[in-house]
Amino acid sequence: MFENLTERLQGVFSKLTGRGKLSEAEIDAAMREVRMALLEADVNFTVVKDFVARVRERAVGADVLRSLTPGQTVVKIVLDELTALMGTSESRLAFSGRVPNVVMLVGLQGSGKTTAAAKLANLVRKQGRRPLMVACDVYRPAAIEQLVTLGRELDIPVHRGEPGEDPVAIARAGVKEAVATMRDVVLIDTAGRLHVDEEMMAEAASIRDAVHPDQVLMVVDAMTGQDAVASASAFSERVDFDGVVVTKMDGDARGGAALSVRTVTGKPIKFVGTGEKLDALEPFHPDRMARRILGMGDVVSLIEKAQESVADAEAAELEKRIRSADFTLDDFLSQLQQVRKMGSLQDVLGMIPGLGRMDRSAMAEAGLDEGALDRTQAIILSMSAQERRKPQVINGQRRVRIARGSGTSVQEVNRLLDQFTQTKKLMRRMQSGKARFGGPKGMPF
Amino acid sequence: MSPGWTDRLTAGLHRTRARVGDSISQLIGRGPDLGAEFWDGLVDTLVAADMGGAASVEIVDALRSRARRDGLPDADAVRSALADLVASELITSPDPFALTPVTVLFVGVNGTGKTTSVGKIAAEAAAQGRRVVVGSADTYRAAAIEQLHVWTDRAGVPVVERERGTDPASVVFETLAQAREVEADMVLVDTAGRLHTSADLMEQLRKVQRVAKGQSAFPVRCVLVLDATTGQNGLAQARAFDEALGLDAIVLTKLDGTARGGIAVAASRELRLPIVRIGVGESLDDLQSFQALEFAQALVGA
Repeated sequence: MFENLTERLQGVFSKLTGRGKLSEAEIDAAMREVRMALLEADVNFTVVKDFVARVRERAVGADVLRSLTPGQTVVKIVLDELTALMGTSESRLAFSGRVPNVVMLVGLQGSGKTTAAAKLANLVRKQGRRPLMVACDVYRPAAIEQLVTLGRELDIPVHRGEPGEDPVAIARAGVKEAVATMRDVVLIDTAGRLHVDEEMMAEAASIRDAVHPDQVLMVVDAMTGQDAVASASAFSERVDFDGVVVTKMDGDARGGAALSVRTVTGKPIKFVGTGEKLDALEPFHPDRMARRILGMGDVVSLIEKAQESVADAEAAELEKRIRSADFTLDDFLSQLQQVRKMGSLQDVLGMIPGLGRMDRSAMAEAGLDEGALDRTQAIILSMSAQERRKPQVINGQRRVRIARGSGTSVQEVNRLLDQFTQTKKLMRRMQSGKARFGGPKGMPF
Repeated sequence: MSPGWTDRLTAGLHRTRARVGDSISQLIGRGPDLGAEFWDGLVDTLVAADMGGAASVEIVDALRSRARRDGLPDADAVRSALADLVASELITSPDPFALTPVTVLFVGVNGTGKTTSVGKIAAEAAAQGRRVVVGSADTYRAAAIEQLHVWTDRAGVPVVERERGTDPASVVFETLAQAREVEADMVLVDTAGRLHTSADLMEQLRKVQRVAKGQSAFPVRCVLVLDATTGQNGLAQARAFDEALGLDAIVLTKLDGTARGGIAVAASRELRLPIVRIGVGESLDDLQSFQALEFAQALVGA
């Protein structure tokens, strides 16, 4: 249903070929598409309105009129303006000289504050600090247990109050405990609230007044809709915060709420939560966020993920083997495993522009399904070391055994072996320089 | 319908009504000469309620031709026609919680209020004299089991729980065994929140559903718990869970904020799913049955 903005605008401008000028009506049609794309990404409609007005002003300028590819030019303007609006990348927690430094987390119910607190604690510890977490959510059943459990998993201490103790007192005692136990960063998890809940807002404000946090971070769910503006303004007025953590960015939400919050409050986005694991907290990149909101994929993240997943030495070794055409099924397997370390196929594909919203059935159609990878892996793992090195020894009997061992069929084993032979042939040809790399000339990639 | 239902809903949706109603009144106050600006403003109002850009344009276009055709005389007429239109997009039955016996799985992304909803519905059913057994199959989130336990204690219903990290399907297996033992007529299963984009976790959920179907003589229903603050991604969530499991209904939570819950309209409209409960408050009995017209009226301020 959602195409990305590039495609939408290409549609609008498709009739333009050969003409040198954009009409008012064409600009209007383009701006309607920009508006729809942003609304579908959950950017607040008032923010969209201002934004579109600004883009329009630039788009009627000479640069678009003269451009051979007006669609691309408009996309570039939108992307630039959006990136600029997102602010600069300011993802480090600005620690003051004060010890301990106090960081307080606020946000709506279910936005992911408790998990974010644990992820932040994990992150600052990696930076060589000694965090302590403080559990001040005395309202949600078992919220304190949740933080304590996460603390145990991370081996980071958690201060919890006595039953019935008031959250302000817990926060104060938490800071005291940090001083006593030589902890230099205190992360305070507060109760989630519906922002209309005046009482809870007041409580957050009094915790703030009691412990004077160096940073207050608002946690915002990337899936939030138009209401993000209302809650961010309420928190901004009542509690005030210094930055934003956007959570649940590992899903397919475009995260337009991040732009709304940023625009309305002027507060920078500092971190994004990208997974369930406790190390899945990443610095914020304005340009990537802008591309994501427009559904344009994220090649940079993909490359970084690849770099993280494949150890350099391993990659060099693999490359050498590929070059020497001395490529075995073992190499094939390790290549497969490295690709899979980068995340599910869908995650990885989601980062490639134009493939943004490939769903399961589209993936299956393209022959890209997670199950096929599982089976391939199982087939190779069911071979002996000798078979993996020299697949030509795999006769009919061995194929039956491998199929049984991997829970697949002989046909699937055959297919894999065929593919492997083809790949190897291709590599040999590449080696001797006969194969042509890449697509037709002039492609951007 | 419980007594005072409308009052509660009205109170819960008070801000919704105030905000949307005000802006529509403002717009409509401009008089009978309804120009392009008026209709654009109406689209914005629906967009602000998270109904989605495309859907809002469609609804307003339909309203516009109805206004012309029927010669709607004034602001109030336009307003109630809008409420009618929105309500006509919504369905409210069949209600899986009205089935006896029944096994209901609660699914959804993280943080939508599944555990709380299970607790509230268990309490409601127990109060009506049904024999309820609750299964705590969110074995992933830290302290989810403890959280559910607090709710089932309040509701006074038995809960089957296993250690964190246990296969959720096995919890369901044991829950259904216990349900047979105590001759329960309603089984409610809390599952771990998961992003609908995670293939592995969706597969895990399918397994939970298979086990529930295999072990239970009861009909098995799947209910999506949707957070009213969710934006357009709610539609992607609904589609993905529906594709994986075949959804039967929507429970809409957190309507007690300023969120308007328009995404539920979008999901109900596209997937033909009934909205069967709405959460309008924090206390145990604040999960109410859903009335399409009243919801729509509150939403557009009619």
